Amino acid sequence: MIRVQAEDFDPGAVLAEFTAGNGRVGGICVFVGLVRDFHDGDPVTAMTLDHYPGMTERQLAAIEAEARTRWPLVDVLVIHRVGRLEAGARIVLVATAAAHRAAAFESCQFLMDWLKTRAPFWKLEHRPDGENWVAAAAEDDDRAARWDPHP
Amino acid sequence: MMVRVLYFAWLRARIGTGEEEVAPPPEVADVATLADWLAARSPGHAAAFADRTLLRAAVNQDFAAFDHPVRAGDEVAFFPPVTGG
Repeated sequence: MIRVQAEDFDPGAVLAEFTAGNGRVGGICVFVGLVRDFHDGDPVTAMTLDHYPGMTERQLAAIEAEARTRWPLVDVLVIHRVGRLEAGARIVLVATAAAHRAAAFESCQFLMDWLKTRAPFWKLEHRPDGENWVAAAAEDDDRAARWDPHP
Repeated sequence: MMVRVLYFAWLRARIGTGEEEVAPPPEVADVATLADWLAARSPGHAAAFADRTLLRAAVNQDFAAFDHPVRAGDEVAFFPPVTGG
């Protein structure tokens, strides 16, 4: 399931609901991303997450579908926030549920790596001295490339 | 032909709008020639399209290379490399 929203979310409540009543799930792997209060040593007070409505949901759904072809997943949840987020705020949650832990761990990392390089979101950093659009990191491309070609 | 063009992140800031309906001439056949034509519309457009290596594109909400065809009624978006997560 894909959710793109401005509102915050409660990871505990979200995870409790995620697999409630599903006896096939042996484990959940979850990643929660937060707004850091620094970038390259400079203070960051907040970030504004821009996105491409429509394409965002479409690309996230495609990434989820790819994960489901690669691992035997019982369920997938991706929540990504948009709009202005203060330092320390939650940005993203990716949760994967599987019968066994390897599929959950691996697919969670895959989903984050592909989300970082394929989902149309852009971060505007707010700093004490102004604003700055965050540049894409070569490291993120390298991490995503590790998942190619299809195993 | 009419094409809906969308801009995100710093492209929107430089161009001054996030969306425009445009009617490019017949020689505009793909993303690259559309970008060339858009760049001539204003100084803000020219600044946004100055360095193509900084730009990515989507046609009808799928990532597209600059040689991807553009047809009447398409939605074409220009934006920097993504930085979500």
